[in-house]
Amino acid sequence: MAKVDFKIWRGDAKGGGYQDFSTDVTEGMVVLDSVHQIQAESANDLACRWNCKAGKCGSCSAEVNGHPRLMCMMRMDEVLAETPKGAPVTIQPMKAFPVVKDLVTDVSSNFEIKKKIKPFKPRKPDAEDGTWRMVQEDVDRVQEFRKCIECFLCQDVCHVLREHSLHDEFIGPRFLVYAAALEMHPLDTEDRTTELKNAHGIGYCNITKCCTNVCPEHITITDNAIIPLKERVVDKHYDPLGKLWRWIHGTEKEANDQQ
Amino acid sequence: MGDFQTHEHDVLVIGAGGAGLRAAIEAAGDCSVGLVCKSLLGKAHTVMAEGGVAAAMANVDERDGWETHFADTMRGGQYLNNPMMAELHAKEAPARVHELEEWGALFDRTRDGRILQRNFGGHAYPRLAHVGDRTGLEMIRTLQDHGIHQGLEVYMECTVIELLKDGDRVVGAFGYDRERGRFRLFKAKSIVLATGGVGRAFKVTSNSWEYTGDGHSLAYHAGADLLDMEFIQFHPTGMVWPPSVRGILVTEGVRGEGGILTNSEGKRFMFDDIPELYKDSTADTPEEGWRYVTGDKEARRPPELLTRDHVARCILKEVSEGRGSPHGGAFLDIAWIKEKFANSEEHIKKKLPSMYHQFKQLANLDITKEPMEVGPTTHYVMGGVRVDAETQMSTVSGLFAAGEVAAGLHGANRLGGNSLSDLLVFGKRAGEYAAKFAQENGGGKIDDAEVDALAKAALEPLERDGDGENPYEIQRELQEMMQDKVGIIREDGLMKEAIDDIAKLAERATQATAHGNREYNPGWHTALDLKCLLTVSEASARAALERRESRGAQTRNDFPDKDPDDWGQHNLLLRKGADGAMEVDKVPVVPQTEQQKKIIEDNQ
Repeated sequence: MAKVDFKIWRGDAKGGGYQDFSTDVTEGMVVLDSVHQIQAESANDLACRWNCKAGKCGSCSAEVNGHPRLMCMMRMDEVLAETPKGAPVTIQPMKAFPVVKDLVTDVSSNFEIKKKIKPFKPRKPDAEDGTWRMVQEDVDRVQEFRKCIECFLCQDVCHVLREHSLHDEFIGPRFLVYAAALEMHPLDTEDRTTELKNAHGIGYCNITKCCTNVCPEHITITDNAIIPLKERVVDKHYDPLGKLWRWIHGTEKEANDQQ
Repeated sequence: MGDFQTHEHDVLVIGAGGAGLRAAIEAAGDCSVGLVCKSLLGKAHTVMAEGGVAAAMANVDERDGWETHFADTMRGGQYLNNPMMAELHAKEAPARVHELEEWGALFDRTRDGRILQRNFGGHAYPRLAHVGDRTGLEMIRTLQDHGIHQGLEVYMECTVIELLKDGDRVVGAFGYDRERGRFRLFKAKSIVLATGGVGRAFKVTSNSWEYTGDGHSLAYHAGADLLDMEFIQFHPTGMVWPPSVRGILVTEGVRGEGGILTNSEGKRFMFDDIPELYKDSTADTPEEGWRYVTGDKEARRPPELLTRDHVARCILKEVSEGRGSPHGGAFLDIAWIKEKFANSEEHIKKKLPSMYHQFKQLANLDITKEPMEVGPTTHYVMGGVRVDAETQMSTVSGLFAAGEVAAGLHGANRLGGNSLSDLLVFGKRAGEYAAKFAQENGGGKIDDAEVDALAKAALEPLERDGDGENPYEIQRELQEMMQDKVGIIREDGLMKEAIDDIAKLAERATQATAHGNREYNPGWHTALDLKCLLTVSEASARAALERRESRGAQTRNDFPDKDPDDWGQHNLLLRKGADGAMEVDKVPVVPQTEQQKKIIEDNQ
């Protein structure tokens, strides 16, 4: 057992700063355990979100030593190994979202964005009993995206949102993954490329892969979700041969109507 | 009356896990629906469910059908279940699963493209539709993503602290939003409780902080009957090391995929003790067990897949007799399947991805190479609000309950996979009948003075200004006490002590104090949760003390045997007496119909 020093950001929308704490760290503890211990011992009103404590719900996102992480999945021995000797472990709220209190941020914008994406629309059932047939290989691709636990760390780290605050023009990596899961769903019949190009601002992403690097579920956000979506948008809106093809087959109007 | 934010709905759903979301979606057709969740939307405990959702679709084994699922559920529950609920559940689960697919869920597939089903403890055939080992996440996300387009009003991070009644019926709920600490008054014509379980009353648990028995406590204090509160399921396989992750669930799916339990001597001890009820359906040899998990329909299941109560007791026995693992559990080994096929590492990662990551990240252990250490963890409460089988209405008019907070489906022990299907089947029913109730009954009158008094009482912990009891300390003492005295192995003296301890803790809880202000203050929230935790703890302790036999999840040192003639024919009911004290009443089980009796006999 050893005493470890922490600097935890405390405050609210009006402002705040780091406060020093010190607590015992034992084998196997994760960052969230330390925060809970501090809460129980010396700061009952220290605010932090958490639920499952097993990396499955995505509630306890914060920035530990400057890195966006799930506090429940970050072992203290790993954190201490990266912390300079003698320096405290710093914990602060996610930077890309407005602070509510201490480590809790206002992530409500994410729930609003999701509502604006066209919902799932399945094709007619394949069998008479109203069920569908899908092969595992087709399902695999989408299951990767559906692993997302909505921790919003990718939104936090995305420079379009974090540095440029383009929240109104760009839906961010989480919702590009969500859109990709719908677009590539074997049963889905909806077309979301027009919105992706216009309202959802897919063009803002310049593929720096910060989101992929930070994803606790190891979803290959950029390569598997965003790039294929960008390709779909290009095929639909910038490909002259495709445009001609749709004109000949009388489907061009639909594409225009959607715009 | 004070200055509260007031919201009015036809139907108010409290809790937004699988059951709450399903109920809200169902009710939203013709009604205005408010959905209150203690956390952010989509974070509820359903995300933790790993193994799958049980539904007799017969996609993998054509012999399966609702009758077998019904019989398995009744046997698993040691016949204390409400047979009507077990029948409805078995009949309707397949349609509820298909409905999820219609809303976008992507389950793993069979070779011919249908929904794949896996083996699980107590189920005669492969029955659990699943998505690797993150089925609960798939389910809650599907319901969430569908639900947000149904016109629901969602109140996130909001805790309800009291139900409001007008005469005999509920007419509203009172609570606060966690973010700002403002009070909220909900007026509703009917209310669905879908608040989950009570695991936070125990020290070692797989449950999140939310599981403080809110719905159980709200219903009880509103005058509703609780049932079967002695039956708390200790899941046999929780993590035991390192200490900070003790209790986190290790899915039964590990055993479904061929994982075996061994002791410190390397012995596969589950073959040593097979209960009479399951003798004929359990494998004689490890070889037969392996054939079963790899799909041989002629083989019988390995003893690792016996019911959870039994497996938990077997692990405890190994530990208490000195054959446990280094940190007081047993070994759960899936890595051994490398003897059986070449690409076992990839296979394990594909089938059990969350487990692989969980152990790698939290315990620094590679489950494709080494065995895990596991031991029992508080997982689920079979008991809860007594409800009508078809409508899910409680004994209080206009108050409905679905999912873990409701009692009846699971009896003395729940089968794995029957929880997710429970949420869907009875979530839908609760939503449907709550909407119907709302349409047939007007609104009631809220008592302003009562609401003012509630608000005043809720603020007391903050007004004590740090001069009183630390709520975290009371919670910790309660959890340790319940673990020691009303845990897996129970006896008369300890449970009587527990009831006294609860009374003392309840007294101290009246002096709980919170520092700081009303904004996102976990100390204050913890102080307010104590009432619920203490209520459900008392209910469990009193019922467990009363039931003088061992059955399902209840194991008593002083009454080690089943008592088929008396206790096997009765449930225990708890309600708030006129003097405010908790009353325990022994009531006959709901009788089986002749057809149900025959189905059970045919499936022996």
